[in-house]
Formats: sequence, C-alpha cells, structure tokens
Amino acid sequence: MIHTVVMISIICIAVAILALTYRVIKGPSTPDRVIALDAIGINLVALIALISIGLDTNAFLEVILLLGILAFIGTVAFSKYLEKGVIIEHDRDR
Amino acid sequence: MKTNDLILQTATKIVLFIIVLFSIYIFFAGHYTPGGGFVGGLLTAGAIILLLLAFDMKTVAKILPINYMTMTAVGLLFAIGTAAGALLFNVPFLTHAFGDVHLPILGEMALHTATIFDLGVFLVVVGVTMTIIQTIGGDE
Repeated sequence: MIHTVVMISIICIAVAILALTYRVIKGPSTPDRVIALDAIGINLVALIALISIGLDTNAFLEVILLLGILAFIGTVAFSKYLEKGVIIEHDRDR
Repeated sequence: MKTNDLILQTATKIVLFIIVLFSIYIFFAGHYTPGGGFVGGLLTAGAIILLLLAFDMKTVAKILPINYMTMTAVGLLFAIGTAAGALLFNVPFLTHAFGDVHLPILGEMALHTATIFDLGVFLVVVGVTMTIIQTIGGDE
C-alpha cells in the first residue's frame, strides 16, 4: 500500500522536474532559469525523502538538509551575481 | 548604486548558526552514520561563503580573523601527528587507539584517535576551500 503511494508520488515529482527542466532550457531570461534550478533542487529534496521512505532507511536524511542548504547558497550567489555583477565584494561601503 | 541587503543579512545571521551546528553534527556523527570530516568541512566552508555573500570580504576578515593557509597547515599537522604518535607506543604507523576516558565535566567518554585525524581532514578541507574562494574572489 505505502509503496504504491510512494511510487505514484515519485512519478509526480519526476514529471514536475521534467517540466522545470523545460523551463531551464526554454526560459527566456536568466532569472527564469535560476528560479527553475532552485525549484529543481527543492524537488530533488522531495524525491530523496520519498526514495528513503521507499527503501525504508534513514541514511539519506542528512542529504535532504544538505541539498536544502546548497540550493539556498547557490541561488543567493547567482542572484547576487545578477544584481551586482560580482559574487563576493571586497568592500561594500565604497 | 548602494543596495540594501537587509533581508539577506538578517536571514544569514540565523541560517549561519544552523549550518555550522549541522556541520559539527555531521563531523561527529561520521563514525556511525554518513558524514565525517570532508562533508563537515565543506559545510563549514559553505557557511563562511554564505557570510561572504551577505557581507563583504573585509567584514568577514574582521569577524573571522583566520589565516586559512595556517589552518591547512595545522590540519595536516594533526593528521601527521596522529599517525606518528602511534610510533611512540611501538606499533605501526597510523595505528589508532581506542579507550574510555574519564573527563572532569563530561564524565565517562569513549574516545578514539581517529577523531583527531578527522579533525585534521576537517581543517584542511575548510582551509583549502576558503583559500580557493578568497584567491578567486579577492581580486579587484
């Protein structure tokens, strides 16, 4: 029973990732692609959670938090690059 | 143009401690669960990178006055010290020891010298990552 539900959810998430991949490839502007990549990261978190339910293990729970943190840092870095042209400033009060 | 990063800076001040705590957890949990010195070091470097993104290089150098080259050297010294310390007890190089130690405040603890080796890995990973980031991001 639970495996059927998990399987259906994994297929739904996979379809969502495919739709987001279309936005990454097609997206007219760079911010579209950045947001799509961020959403793909969050969808991967959901996919890992579902797979760890399906495999009946809790060995992947660190990966979930790790992917959340990495998606946040990556998105912040890219949006800072889009806004200011540099990722790490030397001195911001100048 | 002067921009205002208030939301990013406030979020960073909270999220930073969660990331550092998670990296310390993943470092100490490495013996029994997935994790260890490498992932923990990368996550700590990620926390410092988030600080660099929200603030600037000069501020971060003021908050964390660390020479990352020295940090790498200290990490290598830890690793080689753990390895060479085994020679003092007439056992082969890199032989690790395990034992129950009674500490004043923490009480009975099971300590393993592999943790000190892992601490060396942790320091080297943080030091090398931050040296790369600072060298690439530092130029004007």
